[in-house]
Amino acid sequence: MRLIQGNEACAEGAIAAGCRFFAGYPISPSSEIAEAMARLLPKYEGVFLQAEDEMASLGAVLGASLGGARAMTATSGPGFSLMQEHIGYAYLAEIPCVVVDVMRGGPSTGLPTLPSQGDVMQAQWGSHGDRAAVALAPSSVQEVYDLTIQAFSLSESLRTPVTVLFDEVVGHMREGVDLSVPDQRSIGSRPRPTQPPGESFAPYRANADLIAPLPDFGRGYRFHVTGLMHDERGFPTTDTSIVAALLERLEKKVQVVKEMVAPESYLMDDASLVIVSYGITGRTAKAAVDALRNKGVKAGLWRPRLLWPVQDELLKEALAKADVVMTVEMNRGQWSREVERVVHDSALLYPLLKAGGAVITTEEVIDHALAVADGLSVAAGRRAPLKEAVSWVERGNETRMSVSANLNKKVDGE
Amino acid sequence: MSTVTDATTSTRVPITGKEKRLLRHAMMPHMLCPGCGHGIILDAMLSVLSERYDSLDNVAFVAGIGCSSRIIGYIDACTLHTTHGRPLSFATGLKLARPELTVIVITGDGDGLSIGGNHLIHAARRNIDLTCVLLNNEIYGMTGGQAAPTTVLGAYTTTTPQGNTQHSFDAAELAKAAGATFVARAQSYRPQVFGEVFGQALDHVGFSFIEVMSDCTEYFGRTNRFGTGADMLMSQARYEPSIDADLTRRPTVEPIVNAQPVRPVLPTGLLYRSSRLTLEETLGVKGGRSSEASETSYYDGDQRRNS
Repeated sequence: MRLIQGNEACAEGAIAAGCRFFAGYPISPSSEIAEAMARLLPKYEGVFLQAEDEMASLGAVLGASLGGARAMTATSGPGFSLMQEHIGYAYLAEIPCVVVDVMRGGPSTGLPTLPSQGDVMQAQWGSHGDRAAVALAPSSVQEVYDLTIQAFSLSESLRTPVTVLFDEVVGHMREGVDLSVPDQRSIGSRPRPTQPPGESFAPYRANADLIAPLPDFGRGYRFHVTGLMHDERGFPTTDTSIVAALLERLEKKVQVVKEMVAPESYLMDDASLVIVSYGITGRTAKAAVDALRNKGVKAGLWRPRLLWPVQDELLKEALAKADVVMTVEMNRGQWSREVERVVHDSALLYPLLKAGGAVITTEEVIDHALAVADGLSVAAGRRAPLKEAVSWVERGNETRMSVSANLNKKVDGE
Repeated sequence: MSTVTDATTSTRVPITGKEKRLLRHAMMPHMLCPGCGHGIILDAMLSVLSERYDSLDNVAFVAGIGCSSRIIGYIDACTLHTTHGRPLSFATGLKLARPELTVIVITGDGDGLSIGGNHLIHAARRNIDLTCVLLNNEIYGMTGGQAAPTTVLGAYTTTTPQGNTQHSFDAAELAKAAGATFVARAQSYRPQVFGEVFGQALDHVGFSFIEVMSDCTEYFGRTNRFGTGADMLMSQARYEPSIDADLTRRPTVEPIVNAQPVRPVLPTGLLYRSSRLTLEETLGVKGGRSSEASETSYYDGDQRRNS
């Protein structure tokens, strides 16, 4: 066990996963990751490069990855915006890489440096075109270490960029961490071609698992990599059926991660009020669940470690028995929309949202939950008329709470 | 329209046909316009490489976006067609991960000097051991003939219908100022000269940069009434005098009718050469080539890594 910061744990996790190339550009609150990598990498015969900007950082990472290195970059919101171009490139060209985004308040230069969970939607939709993102969301320093390792595992084995998203609090918080290095064989690696080099080799001809084997540059396989739509040989094409099939395969191939990253379910068996939250707010919510149980509210927590792609089936199952669902996010309601999509009409959704840089406290979660629970008599297992509940929430908690636009819409519709 | 006499007859890089086996025939037919200068450079490049390699297993080409960058697709090597302006960043990562590879970056004037200008100067500053060939056709060809940072003042393009109002870059001077240790300029007009400096650039340990004056007949030529592809090639003879002693046989050129504005007169050949530690050396990355500077330098990358 070592007492280290979330950002340091991220660097340690990368090294443990075999990362041997890092390129980055200074930005708060992620800079400690670059600093730790600059310190660690030379000891492992790895390369640290301070790049001229974030586009170059990820560009260099992708070049190194094609050379065969496990490679990573780390940044925060403004840099994450600049990297979107190359995240899209990595996705289409299927180049493994790990991108860490330690979130601060945005948009624009925003809040250097107060925490936020404002880049959640950007992690999925930041680059142009259709893309099925993979994004992990650790909530503790230990989880930063573990999920960074898993990010490499997923990225390498699926040939796709993987984002690790956490906020400034997790990045700068210090906790005791078990830094035991996993067996390298347990970490996924990129599939390699079984056929020898030659004209018949096609770098984008996928196996049954939809993943195409990837040789390194300069190992006898001569092939073309492009950000243009391409056929199995990697050659540019505008054949609409080939392009459609490519986009479909890229989306389908990453869906398997839904089975590989387990969410945390806490006291969910009999929960009628389910809190859905991730990252640092997921931890806050967990403490609140305990407090709510003591007060007689049957509360539970469902905390995804995988934000993208959304584990629809697991989420649906988790919320099936809930009367009320509460999302807790440090933004204006980004992942809440995903929950709303899954919840549909089976339960009522009451988001607790807070953007602006202040963390959400356990007390706030408890208060919000109690307000909702009282209003809806959730504790008694009886659902109050919706209008009544809403008016209660609005009357008593106007200043403290954000009731989602969806909720208002539902009321209007009645 | 123009008459050129006493053009160089240098045959130091023989066109033998061997270069054909380095072509990626499955990608043909190519997409370059008739009269475009880029194909001449591709041919000259492959001629040089075919003299050195039977197969390009250990040569990687990295390119950005634009007509120039597309030529790597026709080379049977590891070819990486990246994003607009950023091939040097990909190439930097690739070279640092695999220092034993020969990495050649192909970029254009828009790609390398406008959107990718920052990456160019920083690659030069770091003196990473790779060769960057910038094909300068003075225009954005692929997007339909818009003004580039190399379009000379007054020139007509689709975005400068009244004539270009911005001054143009001198790519070679820029690269030199940024720290490139090998700077040359060549022309599609004289591929042999390109071949010669390209060979020297490959041999040079450090960041080598070659600006190649190429021609866009379809847009730049047509809009500015420079005539046919052949006329435009001839007009490149204006890029004189050469400062390379071996390249002093200069063609004489008569003024080209209707060719306004006049294209600038620029020196060609090897313009600058020096030796500094490469990025690989300063980082202590093993497997790359040693620069001349490493023999006299007190800086030891290995020591840094072991500390």
